[in-house]
Amino acid sequence: TSNDKSSESEAKISVTFIDKDGEEKLVKVPIGMSMLEAAHENDIELEGACEGSLACSTCHVIVTDVDYYNKLEDPVDEENDMLDLAFGLTETSRLGCQVIASPELDGIRLALPSATRNFAVDGIQLSGFTMADPTS
Amino acid sequence: SSSSAAAAASSREPLHVCVVGSGPAGFYTADKMLKGHQGAQVDIIDRLPTPFGLVRSGVAPDHPETKIVVNQFSRVAANDRCSFYGNVTLGMDVSLSELRKTYDIVVLAYGAESDRSLGIPGEDLRGIHSAREFVWWYNGHPDMCNLAPDLQSTDSAVVLGQGNVALDVARILLCCTSELAATDIADYALDALNGSTIRKVYLVGRRGPVQAACTAKELREILGGLKNVRVFINEADLLKSPSDEEEIRNSRIQRRVYELLSKAAIAHKGNNNNDQKELHFVFFRRPTRFLPSEDGSTVGAVQLEKTCLKDDGVAGKQVAVGTGEFEDLKCGLVLKSVGYKSLPVEGLPFDKYRGVVPNLKGRVLSSESENATVEPGLYVVGWLKRGPTGIVATNLHCAEETVASILEDEKKGLFMGPSDSKKEGRRGLLEILEQKNIRFVPFDGWEKIDCKEKIAGELKNKPREKITSWNELLMAAN
Ligand SMILES: Cc1cc2nc3c(=O)[nH]c(=O)nc-3n(C[C@H](O)[C@H](O)[C@H](O)COP(=O)(O)OP(=O)(O)OC[C@H]3O[C@@H](n4cnc5c(N)ncnc54)[C@H](O)[C@@H]3O)c2cc1C
Ligand code: FES
Repeated sequence: TSNDKSSESEAKISVTFIDKDGEEKLVKVPIGMSMLEAAHENDIELEGACEGSLACSTCHVIVTDVDYYNKLEDPVDEENDMLDLAFGLTETSRLGCQVIASPELDGIRLALPSATRNFAVDGIQLSGFTMADPTS
Repeated sequence: SSSSAAAAASSREPLHVCVVGSGPAGFYTADKMLKGHQGAQVDIIDRLPTPFGLVRSGVAPDHPETKIVVNQFSRVAANDRCSFYGNVTLGMDVSLSELRKTYDIVVLAYGAESDRSLGIPGEDLRGIHSAREFVWWYNGHPDMCNLAPDLQSTDSAVVLGQGNVALDVARILLCCTSELAATDIADYALDALNGSTIRKVYLVGRRGPVQAACTAKELREILGGLKNVRVFINEADLLKSPSDEEEIRNSRIQRRVYELLSKAAIAHKGNNNNDQKELHFVFFRRPTRFLPSEDGSTVGAVQLEKTCLKDDGVAGKQVAVGTGEFEDLKCGLVLKSVGYKSLPVEGLPFDKYRGVVPNLKGRVLSSESENATVEPGLYVVGWLKRGPTGIVATNLHCAEETVASILEDEKKGLFMGPSDSKKEGRRGLLEILEQKNIRFVPFDGWEKIDCKEKIAGELKNKPREKITSWNELLMAAN
């Protein structure tokens, strides 16, 4: 019935993903679903190497609007630890597997960090599993 | 017309790609290549019967979440246009020139399987291992299953280096074996660690807490997550110079690492339990020689020189310089974690000093000099391209860069040689392997190994019990 339909759409929010080439895709995401899952359900190329267990940083997304970013709960230490290593980190970066759809996020826009930019020029953080101390 | 163009595209010879090495760099490259070019046929070779490189043999057994990425790599291997050939060594079973004759594109992703050496006296004493060897040992790499490090003749181990690998090996040495028992650690390593007498581990770094080369994730784990281990950090070492302050301002990682160390220095003060194990962070010291124990052949101590930091001038970085003040640190086991290093193969341009292949966005260059030329059809990715730094995910972006270069070159028609020079690709590889009588392990051979390991693990409540000898691996793959 139409009643069912409206409650179903109420339980979803609109999220726009902006891919590496700048192309936008508007999707409906059920409340409670992570942005990583939402991306996968909608064929958006967001990696998720550790499948949401906070161990990889490949699900990195950039919230394009600070107001939306501020609506999110602060990242826990473990998320910040992984964000340290995220490619192309920004002030409004989050891990997609930790951002869960909720009503106040309706309309949020998430950009995937662009990897086609030059490695060296971007000055990306290469720390990680590395030699102890590169200087002698 | 467009329909004849489509027909031409579908009847076109596939683009023959060979990826050497099946670690993260190799698999991410295969993935991006298959997605980026519908005609690409990708063969991945690896010298081991098992795929996934350091995800299997490097990543610590107590980091199962980090290994989940193999699910994704296995999906890549399942693609019809992708094949895996394990137990095939570049430089031994097949040469680089053979591969280049056989494939349109060769992408080298064979990692870094050697060690930077310290080059100080006594480095050959017994009881001194590289962290790479020790890690391969506890992770059941078939080349190191017989290492048998002596963990029973001493109570002190020195780890040289303070990067993530150093933290990994220190954690494994201090960790509760009851926790390790539920991981995929090699069974012989668990036994050895169970009998270990080591109670003190020293992590030695040339520079200070601001410059520690580890990440917050690994540090948080070792500072807070180890039961019954007391952490020692000299508070005086935490004083920051103006140059330190500047480094911290410019690096989020360094800032967060420093904060964790500062907090730990205070938190662990005063808690004092007799049966505790000890983890000592030793800053501003560089090893200058290894001293033998009384028996003369085993290491008994490391001589350390105190250092201080000097501005490097160039990049706002600080380097450690010796002060001429020395001290000995007694120990019976030393693990050197001062850097992995790649090995060259015949016919490959190689930067011996940096231990990497000279390249321009993944295109192999004939040398590291300014007038170097591009080696046609030859590419590099991962640790062999960038040096031994970065996490698994770093190789994703590294592979994106190399594959972008390949696709750009393909668009320019660089791989459309005259018809009489058509590359044979997979068929050619199989011929070479057959001629040389090399029994390769296909991906379903690995799946048999995988299945046997998982079954053996189930009996012991482990995710898997790794098969660790070459023979058994090859038998299990059959
Ligand atoms: C001890 C350790 C722990 C780590 N832990 C983590 C972690 O917790 N989280 C994280 O994100 N990252 C971790 N890393 C980093 C991560 O493992 C690396 O970034 C990544 O594996 C590098 O990928 P690669 O493909 O370049 O090399 P590798 O993973 O080393 O793969 C190289 C492959 O090439 C094969 N090969 C070598 N020589 C030949 C040859 N001649 N012919 C054919 N094949 C060959 C090898 O068998 C291997 O399979 C760790 C690294 C180390 C060393
Ligand atoms: S999927 Fe790995 S951290 Fe989000």
